Amino acid sequence: MSTARSKPAAKRKSAAKASSAAKRKAKASAARRPGAANQPKREPLVKVRNLKMHFPVTEGVFVPKVVAHVKAVDGVSFDIMKGETLGLVGESGCGKTTTGRCILQLEDVTEGEIIYDDVNLITLNKKSMRPLRQRIQVIFQDPYSSLNPRMKIGEIISEPMMVHNTEPDQEARDKRVAELLEVCGLNPKFSDRYPHEMSGGQRQRVGIARALSVKPEFIICDEAVSALDVSIQAQVINLLEDLRDEYNLTYLFIAHDLSVVRHLCHRVAVMYLGNMVELAECDELYDNPVHPYTQALLAAVPIPDPTVEGGRKHQIIKGEIPSPINPPSGCVFHPRCPIAVDACKKNVPEFREIRPGHWAACSEI
Amino acid sequence: MPKLLEIEGLKTQFYTSAGTVKAVDGITYDVNAGETVAIVGESGCGKSVGAMSILRLIPDPPGKIVEGSITFQGQDLLQLTEDEMRGIRGKDIGMVFQEPMTSLNPVLTIGRQLTETLEEHMGIVGETAHARSIELLGLVGISEPDRRLVQYPHHLSGGMRQRVMIAMALACEPKLIIADEPTTALDVTIQAQILELMKDLTRRLGVALIVITHNLGVVARYADRVNVMYAGKIIESGTAHDIYHTPRHPYTLALLKSVPRMDLPRQAKLDPVEGQPPDLTRLDDGCAFRPRCRFAVKKCAQKFPPLEKIKGPHIAACWEKEKVAKSARTIPTSKTKRMRKAS
Repeated sequence: MSTARSKPAAKRKSAAKASSAAKRKAKASAARRPGAANQPKREPLVKVRNLKMHFPVTEGVFVPKVVAHVKAVDGVSFDIMKGETLGLVGESGCGKTTTGRCILQLEDVTEGEIIYDDVNLITLNKKSMRPLRQRIQVIFQDPYSSLNPRMKIGEIISEPMMVHNTEPDQEARDKRVAELLEVCGLNPKFSDRYPHEMSGGQRQRVGIARALSVKPEFIICDEAVSALDVSIQAQVINLLEDLRDEYNLTYLFIAHDLSVVRHLCHRVAVMYLGNMVELAECDELYDNPVHPYTQALLAAVPIPDPTVEGGRKHQIIKGEIPSPINPPSGCVFHPRCPIAVDACKKNVPEFREIRPGHWAACSEI
Repeated sequence: MPKLLEIEGLKTQFYTSAGTVKAVDGITYDVNAGETVAIVGESGCGKSVGAMSILRLIPDPPGKIVEGSITFQGQDLLQLTEDEMRGIRGKDIGMVFQEPMTSLNPVLTIGRQLTETLEEHMGIVGETAHARSIELLGLVGISEPDRRLVQYPHHLSGGMRQRVMIAMALACEPKLIIADEPTTALDVTIQAQILELMKDLTRRLGVALIVITHNLGVVARYADRVNVMYAGKIIESGTAHDIYHTPRHPYTLALLKSVPRMDLPRQAKLDPVEGQPPDLTRLDDGCAFRPRCRFAVKKCAQKFPPLEKIKGPHIAACWEKEKVAKSARTIPTSKTKRMRKAS
């Protein structure tokens, strides 16, 4: 404690509650897990294996020639369990959004497998992918550009139901729209409005209602709350949590805000420059990060408490993210790594299980 | 000691087809030399308009500074001619904007943009200006400054561009820098670098800083004093400790409670501020926060509560301060020790 004022308070607290510390801890861990009744199963819903997505960089106007590749995702493997919320974090350009888009089959994957419920999505053509699209939905970051400005809210939400023919009857569709709006905390009257008449938080709720309209089991939230103001962000986070528990949803929660991810996710994966550097249970990752990049990332997040901030040592990671066109040799993090040794420049570290359930790609730990 | 900047009763309004938007509705605050003052609030609360008003950068029409005074080093900026104002912008008051790509000129080299400022305000030209530019880039931690000078903004990354912006703001040794969301567009590790740089430079060079942000963590990390704004008004103001540990306005309290905190055990549920921010064209005489406020009483609809002194510099505008104070005791506090170990 750094201030004189908070000292006595801490003393009092420790004196009174020292004996019940263990009890408190147990209580806290029981209460801390949102949706405790709805624990994820140990059965994978999505299996991603050695996923690579390289975008060609071309030169020339009439006869484009491929001169290089942007290695947006470069060999990523992970599972998403049924009923789980997996957080995918990293800085811009690390490939987290591309990973999500690959699972949605919005990109033509370069290499690897995406196995969804025993089907390899990569081998499917557009037509056979369509029934699966009903089960996999997405919520985008920008609530301003992801809703068609010429469509009414009601039309936006009922469109997926028409595409997948889940509610062929107009009246049933309208009823479902009203129901979905209500579930997402909006007035059913909003179905006659246009997106420009709504605020950012309300639009994001529309985006969520649209994703829910075809009763999916898996939703990819791509920076779903990043564009919202703090007070509105908390509302949407709570909504996402409620929906998860109510409809048994599985989320891939892509975000850069580490405190939001910690609040919402069961497990968290950290990406850096197209590679996965660490993956663990949420509390384990935040309490005992092993990869130097994860440690740097966590230390960089400012905490809204001046007393805590005053007592924190800021070990700031140097340099910037290198270009994914020509990533560093060996471990991609070595130019910025505080514990790098010579071998890191040559050898690509294996993504290995350090403790049960805790994976990391670093040779120096 | 006289204040560096004193803003009194500032009102800035925009005249739109939907009605008059009272973007800034009578704000009063001051900044001492070398001090870091944060202005916190959500989008549309008037925090940026308030800062742009200091520099008189409000587009007219539709905007207009209707009332108030802005006294900077003893002179009222609102009484100056456009030419005199131009002599202050970028010289005595530097600026750092949110989006470093759009605020740098894409067709001029970094070197030209830096030397332009020096020529205009300090009369430094040629070799001397070149040397000073290299020095400035070195100061903000850009490697190989001589090579960077001939590059264009698109050659640089977001973090680098923001460093260039800071170098430009510092070029003429200003007394005050206004930074509008300086790190919002940046990644966390780069954000940490830029924050540390700004903190270090302002302390070392004795420059006062007004930082406008919605990120409560950023404020906690480096503000001396904090002004919380809601619907065009300052509703609470005080030292960072006052605001974070003993808030007296329900909005401040709600903001603090609505963010998940990384240093505390996870909560089961977040405690959001319900409802939507108000429409600034339709404000009445009452407190603008009352539809979202859980402490609201009848009086709140009739009269806007005055900013009342609580202790030292701490002021808040709420009729139900005592109740808020009681509720504020439930703000979670952290064990500093654990964080030290973790970082």
